[in-house]
Amino acid sequence: MYEDMVTARLYEERLQDEYMEGKRPGFDISAGDIPGELHLAAGQEAAAVGVCYHLRDDDTVTAPHRPHHVAIAKGVDLKRMTAEIFGRETGLCHGKGGHMHLFDPDVNFACSGIIAEGCPPALGAAMAAKKRNTDSVAVAYLGEGAIDQGGFLESLNMASVHDLPVVFVVEDNDWAISMPKDRVTRPDDGSKRADGFDMRGVRVDSDDARAIYEAGGEAVARARDGNGPTVLEVQVHRRMGHFMGDPETYRPEEDQQRAADRDSIERLAADMREFGIDEAELEEIRDRAAERVDEAVTWAKQQPLPEPEAAHDHVFTNPPSGVTDEEPEFPGSGAAAGGDD
Amino acid sequence: MSTPTQEAVGRTATMSDAMVEAVAHEMRADEEVFYMGEDVADYGGIFDSTTGLLDEFGRDRVMDVPISETAYLGAAVGAAQAGMRPIAELMFVDFFGVAMDQIYNQMAKNTYMSGGSFSVPMVLTTAVGGTYNDAAQHSQTLYGTFAHLPGMKVVVPSTAYDAKGLMHNAIRDDDPVVYMFHKRLMGIGWMPAPDGPKTPVPEEDYTIPFGKADVKRQGDDVTVVTLGLHVHRALDAAETLADEGVDAEVIDLRTLKPLDRETVLESVRKTGRLVVVDEDYQSYGLTGEIISSVAEADLDALEAVERVAVPDVPIPYSRPMEDAVIPGAEDVAEAVRSVGK
Repeated sequence: MYEDMVTARLYEERLQDEYMEGKRPGFDISAGDIPGELHLAAGQEAAAVGVCYHLRDDDTVTAPHRPHHVAIAKGVDLKRMTAEIFGRETGLCHGKGGHMHLFDPDVNFACSGIIAEGCPPALGAAMAAKKRNTDSVAVAYLGEGAIDQGGFLESLNMASVHDLPVVFVVEDNDWAISMPKDRVTRPDDGSKRADGFDMRGVRVDSDDARAIYEAGGEAVARARDGNGPTVLEVQVHRRMGHFMGDPETYRPEEDQQRAADRDSIERLAADMREFGIDEAELEEIRDRAAERVDEAVTWAKQQPLPEPEAAHDHVFTNPPSGVTDEEPEFPGSGAAAGGDD
Repeated sequence: MSTPTQEAVGRTATMSDAMVEAVAHEMRADEEVFYMGEDVADYGGIFDSTTGLLDEFGRDRVMDVPISETAYLGAAVGAAQAGMRPIAELMFVDFFGVAMDQIYNQMAKNTYMSGGSFSVPMVLTTAVGGTYNDAAQHSQTLYGTFAHLPGMKVVVPSTAYDAKGLMHNAIRDDDPVVYMFHKRLMGIGWMPAPDGPKTPVPEEDYTIPFGKADVKRQGDDVTVVTLGLHVHRALDAAETLADEGVDAEVIDLRTLKPLDRETVLESVRKTGRLVVVDEDYQSYGLTGEIISSVAEADLDALEAVERVAVPDVPIPYSRPMEDAVIPGAEDVAEAVRSVGK
């Protein structure tokens, strides 16, 4: 668990550096090696590992626009995920999705960049498990800003009515971009959303990975054993801005300090030391994580960019005739092969 | 009211400044005008669409809202029906799906279905466009979707001068207006704009009527019809073509509903050749609409036609693929060459 948390943190710090390559001086979002926006989750690792450590490959996870820590905890292929973030042909999605839209069928991981819209698909995965009489579960990750969204509330009702094996993990980092939670959301404890739907709601009021692990274990076990859904809200802290380049002028300095002070990784390391794990062992874990991150980034950067014509692939799984054979007008290139590759 | 022309003023402004100026003017003039949206207060709008408004007008009139598009866009409909003049911002047009009922079943239809007993004098502002590699859930223009559904006026400015005049008109209009601003034109620090959109802007208020296209460049050989970012790409193409001895006329539609078919037709009667350029998907969209309008009105006027639009694929993440599907100046020039002189 500690190793995945450290991996996620080092990964985000590395991406932060890589992202800025070519974007200076004067931040230009469309320049540099990593395209598009980048939303980092440093400070939220405990929420990812605390729950995902109870999951198997056949359990489904849907993640929101800030997905890397959850992806790492779920076991998404780090190299191909990194290649995707760099927009490379060999990335998880062949360069079509990017960092907010990572899809890895091998471990049943999917994303949506639209707030709360990962909840209904998680519901569907849970429904499929129930219909097929398997004991796999689904976990939807979302931010506390997403709990005001219809997609989440409608999903709670259906999950409860159908008693589905699903866990909604609300990562409460106190900020929806620039909006502090207390100005836009009632009640303060998001797990209480569950009350109105006759389902179980639990809040872990700290970034303590062990406490989240315990609560996550209970929620996942309930779902797996056929005892229904849970809303699990966990307090985390966003160490960085909403996205890379966010000037964060809305954020008081003490909030940044608070995030730094309550670091879940340092907290877990302190616990481990107390349990008698020595510094050398922790160092070894950190080195291993650093090496894994470096390998993934180095590999990803060596991968080729997609051919422009590849933009036409994958619009359909089963392309209708006329789409495969007759290429529509395609600015900037000659005709391209359509359909699946 | 006389409308000052661009040429008569010395001062220039970015498109975002021009928009904000119009909003601030209307808010000063009318207590019933207010602005709500995600991150519009403290942040000043992710795309600088509300910079400075909070300082002048306070939180009652510049409202940060929860991530609840259905609730706050629907609330704008209700406030408008109650006689206020709300401006509600949908952060990215791509998010319309979570609130589409409020947009197209309520906002757009209530005037009609009430037999004219209600009007809905609101403005829905929204950011559109790609060119910065943010993938398929954050890069669409969707002009055609909104222009297709009856009941909304649809505005797409391409310059600061137009942005201000169209915004004044939008707020004063008694119908719902969808005001679609292209991120790449706003003059945001982290997303460099081309030179074109920063124009002279009068300090006083002025309106630009809906349904009046603007001929941004006069020419005799071919008519290029477009809007938004692609006005500037078409103008760049026209410069290149001028060196080759081809004189292109560039028409900026400025509003999609109402649509100025007359100006287009007049130009085609002069040039005989028509190229329509759009950043929206090609099929069932603006390009087909313009061409069929001309063909219906005067088939004989048409000697040659080309359209340049996004082929029917979602906007890909990785740069080579995104560059390939979003039309560039060279694609426009190529299309103009292909219709001959």
